[in-house]
Amino acid sequence: MKYSKFTAWGLGATLATAFTFTAPAQAAVDIIEIDGSSTVYPITEAIAEEFQKETGIKVTVGVSGTGGGFKKFCRGDTVISDASRPIKAKEIQKCEEAGISFIEIPVAFDALTVVVNPSNDWAKELSPEELKKMWEPAAQGKITNWNQVRPGFPDVPLKLYGPGADSGTFDYFTEAIIEESKAIRGDFTASEDDNILVQGVAGDKGGIGYFGLAYYEENKDKLTGVKIKNAQGEFIAPSLENAANGKYNPLSRPLFIYLNATKAAFDPKIKKFVEFYLKHAGKMSAEVGYVPFSDKEYAAILNHYKTLKTGTAFKKPAIGLSVHEILSLSAAN
Amino acid sequence: MAVNQAKPIKDLGEVRKLIKEHKRNDFIFAAVGMFVIASLTITLVILFLDLFFDGYPRFGIDFFTSYPSRKAIQAGILSAWVGSSLVLLVTFLVAVPLGIAAGVYLEEYAKKNWLSDLIEINVSNLAGVPSIIYGLLALGLFVYSFDLGQSILTAGLTLALLMLPIVIVSTREAIRAIPVHIREAAFAVGATKWQVVLNHVIPYSYGGILTGVIIGMARAIGETAPVITIGALTFIAFLPPSPVGAEIPFVNFDWLESGFTVLPIQMFNWISRPQYEFHVNAAAVGAVIIILTAIMNGFAIKLRYNVRKKIKW
Repeated sequence: MKYSKFTAWGLGATLATAFTFTAPAQAAVDIIEIDGSSTVYPITEAIAEEFQKETGIKVTVGVSGTGGGFKKFCRGDTVISDASRPIKAKEIQKCEEAGISFIEIPVAFDALTVVVNPSNDWAKELSPEELKKMWEPAAQGKITNWNQVRPGFPDVPLKLYGPGADSGTFDYFTEAIIEESKAIRGDFTASEDDNILVQGVAGDKGGIGYFGLAYYEENKDKLTGVKIKNAQGEFIAPSLENAANGKYNPLSRPLFIYLNATKAAFDPKIKKFVEFYLKHAGKMSAEVGYVPFSDKEYAAILNHYKTLKTGTAFKKPAIGLSVHEILSLSAAN
Repeated sequence: MAVNQAKPIKDLGEVRKLIKEHKRNDFIFAAVGMFVIASLTITLVILFLDLFFDGYPRFGIDFFTSYPSRKAIQAGILSAWVGSSLVLLVTFLVAVPLGIAAGVYLEEYAKKNWLSDLIEINVSNLAGVPSIIYGLLALGLFVYSFDLGQSILTAGLTLALLMLPIVIVSTREAIRAIPVHIREAAFAVGATKWQVVLNHVIPYSYGGILTGVIIGMARAIGETAPVITIGALTFIAFLPPSPVGAEIPFVNFDWLESGFTVLPIQMFNWISRPQYEFHVNAAAVGAVIIILTAIMNGFAIKLRYNVRKKIKW
């Protein structure tokens, strides 16, 4: 079909004009194909569902993980990629090799929540340094009891539960707490399924674990959320409000969607979808258990999108950035 | 025999004792067998009932006629069961003819030499290869090299690869079980090799082949890993184009190129959600998969029974 159209136009026109006629036809997508992070999936699913209902434009969403999503994105298989961490230098290189540039759009915060067993009455508050003491690679085989974490803590075996190494949650936690990406002790119970971590900590008096806020919110009756000391020295409880007003740091992390810049600039369907996304991201992310930005911030992100500024704000790992810091870093690049 | 002749049993009491002893052994073996079967069945039934009652609130027409949704209570498995059915259709159409043909060839035509031995060992080994390996193979071969995309066709072919060894092995077993004198009788009345294969070997081994096909299909319907690897979707709120059209030629094959999702992926997605309501949905899909497998098995057993009744040796 496409070929015959091309030749028909080509007969009557010069090659150059034929190109201008066919180029938009090739660029236009029938179906908006999205893939990537399982963490961002619930937000994108919610948006996709509403968008398709309202406009009739077909949207599909896959869950290949952030890394798997970028692989497809940088091959040009997908036009939008869900990501629970910023794109990495290696992935940027792959994209560049394929001639694909991208626009980075933050869509919401996820507050990583540290949880302990409800019968744990000593560790209601912890500092990032204490978390580091428990989780850093040097702790392996050495820090095995709560009384080693802080003087005054009781003699209870310390049992650690955390996401596996493929997870963006794991990446962010290690960057924020251990200050080195992917560095962690080897002797903890790892699972890619956060519900398993919930069960682990809920059934273990000396258990401690971390995962996205939504899993804590759903299991408040089985777990205690630990207050974490922030940069200002206050101990802050994990909650939607505290993450939204920026008090809950360093463990709130931004979630992103990455847009294929060429498609985002020229394809009206993608444009419509991104505008729809940013208009409804606040409501939808709250609905599925994430921390929305303020309306002002979403407006700023929309402006950022409209400038079609490509590239990432995260040339080097950065922790605890606000939306405006992300946007200004991105604009400065 | 030799022992009996050397030492004839004189005492009738001794014979009775021997019989009694053997009957007791019989009984012990039967009891152990019953115990094993019962414990397996009970485990399966408990697991199934647990799933069924967990998912019970979601069973209803809506669950089968709705697309995935962020609201657990409105979410359904329409795109998933349609996707699963179409993928399995492709799998069936590819794996069954190929598998039977390969089995018949290896058993009836292939020369018995080191090459056929090598093939035999490899086919048997393939039946035990983890399914994710098939997914990776298919990603490289079907998706990238053949450029078939992340489509129903790719998924069908992938699962067909997974199922092929099972069909081949069971076809060969079934053919071997046919008594030699049937074959000899057919040759004796002047049938050619092809006539023997077509009119005798295949029909008589039908029951065994069918068992293999169903075991393979039951494995394919529950597979998640290879289907995710080749890029099946999780959220898709539309159906592939219909295979049957209103215009000539009445069938179209656009659906083969369509994106899709399958039942186990929906289950996998829902079980990993934080909200309990999604876990209910996951249990419901799990029960649906088990029921589908049971229906397929029941259908196969019935077919096999009918076929066996007709065979008069």
